[in-house]
Amino acid sequence: MNLPGGAFLAASASASAHDASASAASVLAAVSPGDLAAARAQMGFSLAWHIVVACLGVGLPLLTLMAEWYGIRTGNPAFRLLARRWARAMGVLFAVGAVSGTILSFEMGLLWPGLMGTFGQVIGLPFALEGFAFFIEAIFLGIYLYAWDRMPPRRHLLMGVPIVVAGIASAFFVVCANAWMNQPRGYTLRDGKVVDVDPWAAMMNPASPPQTVHMILAALMVASFLTASVYAVALLRGRDDPYHRAGFALPFVLGAVVTPFQIVVGDWAARFLATYQPAKLAAMEGVFHTGSHVPLTIGGIATSDDRLRYGLEIPDGLSLLVGYSPDTVIKGLDQVPRSDWPAVTGVHLSFDIMVAVGFFLLAMGIWLLAAWWHARRTARPLAAARSPWTRLFLLLAAIAGPAAVVALECGWCVTELGRQPWVVWGVMRVREAVNPAPGLMAGLWLVLIVYAAMTAATVYVLRRLVRATPVPVAPQESDVERYPVV
Amino acid sequence: MLAVMWAGLTCYALFGGADFGAGLWDLLAGRSRRGLPQRRLIEHSIGPVWEANHVWLIFVLVLLWSGFSPVFAAVLSTLYIPLTLTALGIIARGAAFAFRKASTELWQQRLFGACFAVSSVVTPFFLGTVAGGVASGRVPSGIAKGDVVTGWVNPTSLLGGVLSVLTCAHLAAVYLCADAAREGDHELVGGFRRRAVTSGLLSGLVALAGIGILHQDAPVLFHGLTHRALGVVIVSAVAGVVGLGLLLRHRYVLARAAAALAVAAIIWAWGVAQYPYMLVPGTTVAASASVDSVLAACLIATAVGAVLLIPSLWLLYTTFQRPADEAARDGRA
Repeated sequence: MNLPGGAFLAASASASAHDASASAASVLAAVSPGDLAAARAQMGFSLAWHIVVACLGVGLPLLTLMAEWYGIRTGNPAFRLLARRWARAMGVLFAVGAVSGTILSFEMGLLWPGLMGTFGQVIGLPFALEGFAFFIEAIFLGIYLYAWDRMPPRRHLLMGVPIVVAGIASAFFVVCANAWMNQPRGYTLRDGKVVDVDPWAAMMNPASPPQTVHMILAALMVASFLTASVYAVALLRGRDDPYHRAGFALPFVLGAVVTPFQIVVGDWAARFLATYQPAKLAAMEGVFHTGSHVPLTIGGIATSDDRLRYGLEIPDGLSLLVGYSPDTVIKGLDQVPRSDWPAVTGVHLSFDIMVAVGFFLLAMGIWLLAAWWHARRTARPLAAARSPWTRLFLLLAAIAGPAAVVALECGWCVTELGRQPWVVWGVMRVREAVNPAPGLMAGLWLVLIVYAAMTAATVYVLRRLVRATPVPVAPQESDVERYPVV
Repeated sequence: MLAVMWAGLTCYALFGGADFGAGLWDLLAGRSRRGLPQRRLIEHSIGPVWEANHVWLIFVLVLLWSGFSPVFAAVLSTLYIPLTLTALGIIARGAAFAFRKASTELWQQRLFGACFAVSSVVTPFFLGTVAGGVASGRVPSGIAKGDVVTGWVNPTSLLGGVLSVLTCAHLAAVYLCADAAREGDHELVGGFRRRAVTSGLLSGLVALAGIGILHQDAPVLFHGLTHRALGVVIVSAVAGVVGLGLLLRHRYVLARAAAALAVAAIIWAWGVAQYPYMLVPGTTVAASASVDSVLAACLIATAVGAVLLIPSLWLLYTTFQRPADEAARDGRA
């Protein structure tokens, strides 16, 4: 949802016209650069971790419900088994998602009291709503996981619907709060104090629609492609049976359907920046100088003479993309003071990687569609996993899951690094928000150790879940012998 | 707004606290074989509900930062050490509990179980020290203006930490008595009754000793507790004693209510005693509250949320408070 990551701040903190609070000056004096970097690293790291689990938390319930619904409707045992397996994984992932999300709400205050003390009330509403959405999610997840054998199948299926709805809703609310940091609205600042707050206007700021839609679709894609890649690996290893085929096909098709929509939404989000946050778009595309006929540069790194070198240039490309005409004027970084520049190379490369992965996933979807159409026309079943083309496809599909995660992290880097050096865009700098208390570095190490252990345990447990057979009727009550086993 | 927040805090103490207490009993349940029935009951009881119970904490945090942003910033920046440890404890507890559920081998269950159980004790302790630091006026307003060490290493914080662990343990034992009785396991019922009585008596003793500590260490809170909040303090004491009596007479469901009332009354006594100060001394509720439009929006959100939440919570608790066999019959019917 939030804040810093990589690049260090440009030094000049020259009291901006909007210096957020009277205490900001003393804060600036107190905080050491090491602690600021530690605070950013801790927040960035715990967010980067949470965002993956949160995406699975949004997408996996939908996949599970689809499998359960299809299983009930057709009586296909493969899908019913899949639903139970995924439900077990969902239980583990939801738990680590819940706790890693709680840590973030602590860290908002522990690391960034300057932000929360001044603006906490402005962005409180979406977080309060998110809290309720999460509540609903947790309640119905408890029912869904533990009451599998306690109610008729259709009613059980119904119990899963609120999980999906509330999961999408909480993603929406949290990203609204992040969008506010890009487009702060709904308040007036008078003598460093916030007055006249309109929390609804703050939540529904101009950045909310593109950012939330982009994030929710991303969550569906990550969950789908990641799940599919697990079964792609199984198929490649020769476990070609209806169960693994179903486990691959269902999520992969969902991901492939979402991808084209995501590319359109991504275009909308970038176009939005051209109007509302030109400095971020300039950093994403590595545009230093304002002008028309701006080329689209793919790859490349920013050099000290304010140019993007070693990239592939498409003449007039960016101007055409933004305004459908080579005469479209693109605002460059020269429009803002150098002290307010984000780290150009990091933002630009992150953006390019995200876009590249997006088109790779689109191509995979088209390949599947073509193969399916070809199989239909020739009235032959889809090729067995032994044929070389299918093996190549499955290999790429196995890569697609991790690639989607990379795209997710890169996209997040673009929006967070692209906002630097501001925590609230144009209003409050990151260094004005950080906790001046000493010793934040120690907290960073502690968090890194705990997260490393949690990552190892999560991966280990999930791998065991994939292998463990047979699956008990009630996914979470494996230890209770009296339940029959499928 | 303050009342809603305090109600949220009470719910966290009553539901989330009991889950932590169950972790303590899990820790003390003995070796793998001997402790198996107890651990199984604990897992069975808190498994479906702990995540929902945990959300009360997020709810309180969010209301605090929306409604009283400067207070949130002051508390979290000054007491960042115990709160970071609390946060890590929350991670370890939740994740390890889920991992233990999903693992099948003994060494894994032992490792994750130990992690779950230890962090279940550590987390409420640190939360208690935070409450003690705030209650004894060691968190001044402003960002990181208080002492980052003595803010939570002091007599009142120690009292808060110990008392919170003991009350969590007491709540859990009382709740588990009723759960075990419903499952018809009389041996377990006896064990948890003994534990409930012991932890109840210990809580009472610590609370009595706490009067002396507060008199020395937190005069403002002491004054409030012995004057304005005196009625609430008495309710807590009476409910505690009645609860113990009900336990000895095998009235477990009523004992649950009494124990919950006793713990809730402690929290409300703190609130009443400290009102109108958010941070002692100097920061009042009125001075730190957000503007009206924010409070109104949050209250509307809470009201709408409550309409959705209450039936959902009711569904959750009733689904799992029925014996499994009976529910399974209904499911097949």
